[in-house]
Amino acid sequence: MSYHEAPTIAAPDAPQLDQDDRPTLRFVTCGSVDDGKSTLVGRLLYDSKTLLDDQLDALASESKTSGTAGGDLDFGLLVDGLQAEREQGITIDVAYRFFATKLRRFIVADTPGHMQYTRNMATGASNADLAVVLVDARKGVVTQTRRHSHILSLLGIRHVVLAVNKMDLIGFNGGRFAAITAEYLTLAGQLGISQVQCIPVVAPDGDNIAAASTRMPWYAGPTVTAYLESVDVAGDISGRPFRLPVQWVNRPHAEFRGFCGRIASGAIATGEAVTVQPSGRRTRIARILTPGGEHDRATAGESVTLTLADEIDISRGDVLTTGAAPLVSDQLAAHLVWFDDDAMVPGRRYMLKCGTASSGAVITTLKHRIVIDTMARENATTLDTNQIGYVHLSLDRALVFEAYRDDREMGSFILVDPISHRTAAAGMIDLSLRRATNIHWQRLAVDKSVRARLKQQRPCVLWFTGLSGAGKSTIADLVDRRLAEFGRHAALLDGDNLRHGINRDLGFSSTERMENVRRVAEIAALFVDAGMIALVALISPFRSEREMARHRVEAGEFIEIHVATPLAECERRDPKGLYRKARAGELPGFTGIDDPYEAPQAPEIAIDTSELTSEAACERIIRYLQEHHYL
Amino acid sequence: MTPFSHGSARYTDVMKTQALRQALDLHGFDAAIGGARRDEEKSRAKERVFSHRSAAHRWDPKNQRPELWRLYNTMLAPGESMRVFPLSTWTELDVWDYILLENIPIVPLYLAAKRPVVERDGTLIMVDDERMPLLADEAPRWRSVRFRTLGCYPLSGATISTATTLPEIVREMMASRTSERQGRMIDRDSPASMERKKAEGYF
Repeated sequence: MSYHEAPTIAAPDAPQLDQDDRPTLRFVTCGSVDDGKSTLVGRLLYDSKTLLDDQLDALASESKTSGTAGGDLDFGLLVDGLQAEREQGITIDVAYRFFATKLRRFIVADTPGHMQYTRNMATGASNADLAVVLVDARKGVVTQTRRHSHILSLLGIRHVVLAVNKMDLIGFNGGRFAAITAEYLTLAGQLGISQVQCIPVVAPDGDNIAAASTRMPWYAGPTVTAYLESVDVAGDISGRPFRLPVQWVNRPHAEFRGFCGRIASGAIATGEAVTVQPSGRRTRIARILTPGGEHDRATAGESVTLTLADEIDISRGDVLTTGAAPLVSDQLAAHLVWFDDDAMVPGRRYMLKCGTASSGAVITTLKHRIVIDTMARENATTLDTNQIGYVHLSLDRALVFEAYRDDREMGSFILVDPISHRTAAAGMIDLSLRRATNIHWQRLAVDKSVRARLKQQRPCVLWFTGLSGAGKSTIADLVDRRLAEFGRHAALLDGDNLRHGINRDLGFSSTERMENVRRVAEIAALFVDAGMIALVALISPFRSEREMARHRVEAGEFIEIHVATPLAECERRDPKGLYRKARAGELPGFTGIDDPYEAPQAPEIAIDTSELTSEAACERIIRYLQEHHYL
Repeated sequence: MTPFSHGSARYTDVMKTQALRQALDLHGFDAAIGGARRDEEKSRAKERVFSHRSAAHRWDPKNQRPELWRLYNTMLAPGESMRVFPLSTWTELDVWDYILLENIPIVPLYLAAKRPVVERDGTLIMVDDERMPLLADEAPRWRSVRFRTLGCYPLSGATISTATTLPEIVREMMASRTSERQGRMIDRDSPASMERKKAEGYF
């Protein structure tokens, strides 16, 4: 390798300093595997003269050793940055590349074509203005073309370049190109992709990439580069209402309280009236502070600190607004692209992030799943990795949002698995189900506090969790008896017993076990409403489900008791002979054997019955209840 | 331990990767913020803004959390951490534009000056103290050089340049025919050199 003397004066064709205001176009490439996406991006970089000498040296030497172009420059190697990608000649993860022409700067997300990496394609598309969809001229529109185009349309991309690649392999047949074009335009029409430019190319040779091809005289349209340089993707953002999702409340001392964040849309001026959502409280802008000093106004994209005329309780996730009110609801409908290897399960709790707000969320219903090939809707109970569906979500608290079609930033969310912490799905909000405001709770004249007073007790849930055979039911039964001695009204909900009655229709699949826990939590909450003390004895192995049960009642009304008898001891006791069966493979999915038990991280009470008798355990619980004024 | 006696790969592992891991473990930081950019190098082009590291500080490039819109998944299990790269989508030119715009002070080594250098394996190494043992046929020559990137000595090479002011640097950048990391010896051990180092915990 050699070093290069940098010239002291700019070369004649080098861009001048004042051209740095060239607008930036963000685009994503997609299409099926081996259609030549990475090669196209590599060729765009090469033709834009963005590639530097040392990179070209490295490309030439790597093309010889691991290239797939027979020793010629293999442009795909420029973007496939991971070792595994170059070995297999495929793209696994999104690569972001930068290049510029005289007119524009470009950020391109090169995304994987393999089905198992669809989530990475969605990632690349989420911040793009335009997509270049590649198809192999020999194969035309295939399933993956449809899948990717569908995701593009869900993500709100309205501009597509259809690059029909490998035209040399079909003898530059213009008729075939026209047929593929017609098929894709039909697809785009169904998906609402309004702007499509179809271009026949040979990516490795550069035909119609930056220079017009001499081998396809029948094509009179623009080259890929010329189109990317000229296409107008700017949507009409003028007139959008002001939205500032609060990222941080800056309170350095008692005299100052500023609300910081990046303006998502619209503009604001000092003195203007704003409404804080979800509370609906109104006030005025006092000051606008920016990194460049105090200003009179600020617009979308700026990061600012606002101070307000009145003292209003505002926290992270709240949104300062003007104009038309945003949607505020804890019930919403959304399109979902499922990413996680674990299938989506209605009823399970996930963590939802939208703008600067986070909330627990449960997918209450999967309305339908999309059959990619036909775009038809089908009934389904679950979504697997890379599948797309339409769901209803129920959140722990009201969220401030917009429909995705109106506002990408305030209409998008991700779901995070609370256990693995993987990003499980991406969502595009369609509408508010408005149950939170439309369906009012029937207000009851006799409420919980009245009933509790009548019984002269403080209602609560004692939730016993632990492995099978840990001693949950035994201890709960003892506590129940002691409560009766104190003259307290209690009800014991035993997991096994409930399965003979209200839960008799449920089996032991993961979905059914989840429903089992959900029903028990609901019943316990009803008992608390009735002023009772509910004792629940249930394995309830998953932290997220116990959290769900905790959230069904008010703070301080849920006492988690971890009966933490070690697995070895439970298995030694094996009162119902279940461990023996599980070990023999007769009970698949048995907690502790081949299904996990997630121990509580901070239970109110933890008891190990290998160290403590059931009676002593019972007394410890009674003492806790006395010390915390439940008794 | 020096790069001369132990080689650049071993030196980088001990002095940078392992040292960083020890510091992160000692203080138990949830996140370490870095200035790496996607335009620097091929495996960095695959990097997330919030890049997850296991409790052993490993990067798993094949299993990264998808990052959509401006939504970052910041959830960590005990012991895990994040490397955060807020300048991911900046280019080298953007950095210099910004320095120029905001009039930010810079280290003088970024500006060209006559400095004593020797050329070894295609890299210009500055020799202004006794650290580098010279070979028999090597003698420092005074040349006008500057550094486009500053890592540890001597693994960042200099480039020939006469740019002594910020505007001259920006003009030189626009006409440059080599990449910034061309002067970085550690990237050259093999095509996947950076990826491997990152997987081991290097920044």
